[in-house]
Amino acid sequence: MLAVINYGMGNLRSVLNALAALGADARVVDTAAELGDAEKIILPGVGAFGDGMANLRRAHLAAAIIGHAKTGKPLLGICLGMQLLASESTEHGQHAGLDLIPGSVERIAPGHGLRVPHVGWNSIKVIQPSPLLDDLEAEPTFYFLHSYHLIPAQGQASVATVDYGERLVACVQRANVFGAQFHPEKSQRDGLRVLKNFLSI
Amino acid sequence: MLKTRLIPCLLMKNGLLVRSEQFSLHQIVGNPVHQVERFNTWAVDELVYLDITRQGEYDMRRDDHKIKDKKTLLEIIEEVSRTCFVPLTFGGGIRTIEDIRTRIAYGADKVAINTQAAAFPEFINEAARIFGSQAIVVSIDVRCHAAGAWEVFVHGGRQPTGLDVIEWAKEAERRGAGEVFLNSIDRDGKGCGYDLPLIEAVSRETTIPVIICGGVGRFEHLVDGVHAGASAVSAANIFHFTEHSTQHAKKVLAKAGVNVRLSAQFRTNSTSRRPGVSRSSTSKPNESRRPASESRCM
Repeated sequence: MLAVINYGMGNLRSVLNALAALGADARVVDTAAELGDAEKIILPGVGAFGDGMANLRRAHLAAAIIGHAKTGKPLLGICLGMQLLASESTEHGQHAGLDLIPGSVERIAPGHGLRVPHVGWNSIKVIQPSPLLDDLEAEPTFYFLHSYHLIPAQGQASVATVDYGERLVACVQRANVFGAQFHPEKSQRDGLRVLKNFLSI
Repeated sequence: MLKTRLIPCLLMKNGLLVRSEQFSLHQIVGNPVHQVERFNTWAVDELVYLDITRQGEYDMRRDDHKIKDKKTLLEIIEEVSRTCFVPLTFGGGIRTIEDIRTRIAYGADKVAINTQAAAFPEFINEAARIFGSQAIVVSIDVRCHAAGAWEVFVHGGRQPTGLDVIEWAKEAERRGAGEVFLNSIDRDGKGCGYDLPLIEAVSRETTIPVIICGGVGRFEHLVDGVHAGASAVSAANIFHFTEHSTQHAKKVLAKAGVNVRLSAQFRTNSTSRRPGVSRSSTSKPNESRRPASESRCM
């Protein structure tokens, strides 16, 4: 069973629509009990880090997701969902994350004449092979929408970067834990490819 | 590098797509669901739907087909989002936090708020706090009185507010808007090009992305808008009457040196499938919603 975590953070429908287009049978899960023996988890989400973690904890989902990841089952965080995988965030205060990808989440530094949030389509550079990024086009392009970004403590967790004044982390992977800062569910063919890759891991 | 976005703006009235001139003349051009399927295969970067319905009735029936198939706005959002794998913004008639919540629950990624934001600016703060700035686009309908004097109009461009556009855009940003959608009333449907001094001024005075609309008559006008400082270029009427119009628009932008996404044709053959969910936590609210507002870009 593929579980899509519902914790009140953003548009779940987009993710479900994309999974449906790929023929995947997804189940929306909003409590730890419902997570049960899910084989895979997608943690989507947009919004503030603190609210996201508070909601996950309230539904006892934080511990359940960590437990799931520790058993080696695949987990994919999308956008805020990827940032929640980090150890901590400085978004509106100091918040602890799920700590599955050691590192911190910080605001994108303004400057370079660039606007924050980073909104729109940007191409990524794959810097390490990852099953999440198999069979992509030469210059895969995805839809980004974020003001904060994940800085992994260990460089090797970063498997793809995106150029926005500086090189930001676009995708992370640590064993069975994956993250995409962009929205694969809103990135047409390249995005569906990434979701399909996750489904076949 | 970040690409410049091309965003078709679709105006919906009574469940049908219309073309518009100066916010008042509206001519039916098609079905909002079929149109999005076309755009989805053509590498558009995002879609903005603005509902300008005057009655609270959404009728997908084409006069020439004699099919009675009435849809609510929410059903239209739901159908469009099922085939739309690009970000989707819905605007029009949004008055309450619940209006935003239902649109997002039915598949919108962002909402455009206009009249309610101008009347109660704290609505922007509240919406951004609850849904995140990324979901809140403040739409501003602009009339140009004289060089450098732009006024915000609401209620579908019919009611002046006395607000200065640049000051209002800055306030919207301060209050948590994620993007600004600037729409020129004077230029709507005229094809005479964007209001470039307006774009320059608003882009200079704000740090959030600025999307511009109103006045595109030739694809070269899109290039002018980018050079004036817009983060994303939008247009409505020009995309309705030409096959593969968005691809042509992108070619013109690319030729002028604008960094755009030129992706190969995308197609999914599952456009009629329902989402494969065993259970969804978003239950359908009942249909007794108050009629949508009469005006455009609310």
